[in-house]
Amino acid sequence: MSALLEITDLTVAFGRRPPALRGVDLVVEDGQRLGLIGESGSGKTVTALAVMGLLPDTARVRGSIRLGGRELVGLRDKEMARLRGDLVSMIFQEPMTALDPTMRAGRQVAEAFRLHRGADAGRAREAVLAMLTAVGFTDAARLADSYPHQLSGGQRQRVMTAMALINSPRLVLCDEPTTALDVTVQATVLRVLDEVLDAEGAACLFISHDLAVVSQLCSDVAVMLEGAVVERGSAQQVFDAPAHAYTAGLVATSRLDLVVPGSRLPTVADHVGRARSRGPR
Amino acid sequence: MLRTIGVRLGVFALGLVVASVVIFAITQALPGDIARVLLGDGASADQVAARRAQLGLDRPLPEQYLAWVGGMVRGDFGQSWLSGLPVRDLIGPRVGVTAWLAGLGLLLAAAIALPLGALAALKRRRWPGFLTSALAQVGMAVPAFWAGILLVVVFAIGLRWLPANGYVPLRSDPLEWASHLVLPVVSLGLVQAAVLIRYVRSAFLEVLGEDHFRTARSIGWTPWRALARHGLRNAAVSLVTVIGLQLASVLVGAIVIERVFVLPGLGSLLLTSVISNDLVVVRGIVMLLVLAVLLINALVDISYVFIDPRLRTGADR
Amino acid sequence: MKRLELMIGGALVGLVVAMALVSFVWTPFDPTAVLSAPPLQRPGWPHVLGTDGMGIDIASRLLVGARSALYVGVIAVGVAALVGVPLGLLTAQLPRAAAEVVLRATDIMYAFPALLLAILFASALGGSTETAMAAIGIASVPAFLRVTRAGAVTVLASDFVLAARSCGTSRPAITVRHVLPNVAPLIGVQASVSFALAILAEAALSYLGLGTPPTTPSWGRMLLDAQTFLFSDPLQAWWPGVAIAVAVLGFNLVGDGLRDFLDPRLAEVA
Repeated sequence: MSALLEITDLTVAFGRRPPALRGVDLVVEDGQRLGLIGESGSGKTVTALAVMGLLPDTARVRGSIRLGGRELVGLRDKEMARLRGDLVSMIFQEPMTALDPTMRAGRQVAEAFRLHRGADAGRAREAVLAMLTAVGFTDAARLADSYPHQLSGGQRQRVMTAMALINSPRLVLCDEPTTALDVTVQATVLRVLDEVLDAEGAACLFISHDLAVVSQLCSDVAVMLEGAVVERGSAQQVFDAPAHAYTAGLVATSRLDLVVPGSRLPTVADHVGRARSRGPR
Repeated sequence: MLRTIGVRLGVFALGLVVASVVIFAITQALPGDIARVLLGDGASADQVAARRAQLGLDRPLPEQYLAWVGGMVRGDFGQSWLSGLPVRDLIGPRVGVTAWLAGLGLLLAAAIALPLGALAALKRRRWPGFLTSALAQVGMAVPAFWAGILLVVVFAIGLRWLPANGYVPLRSDPLEWASHLVLPVVSLGLVQAAVLIRYVRSAFLEVLGEDHFRTARSIGWTPWRALARHGLRNAAVSLVTVIGLQLASVLVGAIVIERVFVLPGLGSLLLTSVISNDLVVVRGIVMLLVLAVLLINALVDISYVFIDPRLRTGADR
Repeated sequence: MKRLELMIGGALVGLVVAMALVSFVWTPFDPTAVLSAPPLQRPGWPHVLGTDGMGIDIASRLLVGARSALYVGVIAVGVAALVGVPLGLLTAQLPRAAAEVVLRATDIMYAFPALLLAILFASALGGSTETAMAAIGIASVPAFLRVTRAGAVTVLASDFVLAARSCGTSRPAITVRHVLPNVAPLIGVQASVSFALAILAEAALSYLGLGTPPTTPSWGRMLLDAQTFLFSDPLQAWWPGVAIAVAVLGFNLVGDGLRDFLDPRLAEVA
């Protein structure tokens, strides 16, 4: 395996505030699924947006992001736009707002296809219907003609998945794609995502704060804290024997099935010195 | 959906009634005897009474109002008090001039404001954005008729490229028609564009912050093309509203611009009728202008249903 | 940035106000004396901006013109605020359906822009400064009504109003003590913007000969006069236009600048 995505010493700052990322190092191998976990504000989404080149104007970026051997930091937006949706794509967190409300779902997926493949409408429609079937829609034609507001959250997120994968990207960035969904719908969307990632052989950077979801989908895990990666390794290794105190805290709070009934629930602060010194005793 | 349209048309009809009452009441408020004013001081009491009867001014006000409105419904706007000619024949040939001026002016304004408003939104933190916003701010402060005068100084008097005033009907000579309309349309359109740019900018800024705009960028659209494909449609509801509201000020602007360029439109007829106390003509023209504004705004409201699919089904909310 | 807008706007408005004030005590020449000097003189000395077609000093007319613009603006905006603000406060307390009727009524008023209303008034009463002020004032009422209502609805829904109400404070008292002070900055922004529109409307009316009478110097009227001599003396059409633009720009900038100092919740309705 070779490194598909190689992030080296990535620092991102907005305005005069303290930097959101302070020297992130991260590698995603070809076909690898890496879970990126950490609390909100730890810089997971900023990392993904930096890879996509979709950070707001005000962001100052230093360091290196290499995708398939190509340096993305400092790349002109026109060049970057050519890679987006083709070599690398992204699935966003908010299924209710991430699709254009004024455009039929099928057309939005077709747009992603035609933009990079330059296909005519007929061929695009075929590809779209095939992709929609692949993400688990049995009535792809009817779905393609629906507007987003006529779809459920889970359906929208599968449309989003179809948009992200229709060009067979090498890397898919998933930013908490199931967080906003009901638990039962979560399972469906994750299964679909698992299947299509497999079918396309795409690598995936899966952002989540839900360790259960990550362990289900990812082989490897990286842990972020306050704008830096503090630990990484195989999912089993990280979850079974966390090396960093913060990871240990995360793992403990996620395994509530192990808690003896009647005893106090574990908190991350139990494991992390920095939090303990501030927390109430 | 049909219900929405029905309700809106009802509101439109009600607006027409209210507007006609307002217009009638104001033009009726003239102190003194209009017949005497029209005939001059030398007229005898009998002459004045006869004139009053002839104009229908001796009838009770509600009857006069109903006669006026009833006539308009049938397409009869009454007779000019001054010339005795049917108001319809006076207005008819002039509607085209004003419609061209206002329509093309609004079109030019939109054609300028859409790209510049997009620029101001996309580059809001960089100098092109600042510059556009600053220019719009200055443009808003310029009276359209002054812009017209300055354009005449430069292009008609200085460079002698275009005529300073007058009008040639489209049918008699399209080229002359166009050359006579360029300056009026530009002076009206430029100033309206400045006002529009601010609205377009804020409508687009809202779209830029939407999640689906980020999605459009994530599949590979450049900011400009994402805005064209997804932004325009999503901003359309607010843009169409603004353009509808601007129509009233464009029409009023056209009245003044007609004066600057001596165009034989509704505005110049309105002004001469105001000065000569020909209230039947004034009433007819104002009613026509108000009708246009109310109608366009009703159409704008109805257009929402076609722009935003969420309003079409009627299932939600 | 916003602070800069406010400063530039304040300076421009200050300049116009200063012109008007100075004109009360001093003008270079008599701004109404016809043919006291040779007509159509180019800028120079002693007529800094030259003389117009009737031999009147342009600089003097420009100074006095500021008075007309501000006079019409102050009265018109004052009338609009005096009518619109109470109506807005009142409709904010009305049930939804009743408020809807009022708002629809103001929609119809939007079809009568200041200038059209003024032309209508002029047809019945003759063009004058008073009809111009009345028309511009009435046409500006809906804007004040809507802004005040929107702001008042926001304030009425806030917790401190609920707290006041739970203490037994009466509705009128809440409106005067809590709502009005909170929406006042909003009304200030609207007043500034309306003032700019009033100056534009007054200029257009005077240009059409339906506003300030010819004997009183006004910027719109000066442009009308200048148009007669456009071929021989185009520079005459420059100064009054600049004066109008400066005044309007000033008030618009002040309005924009003030907007930034509003409570963010209220800024949304401004």
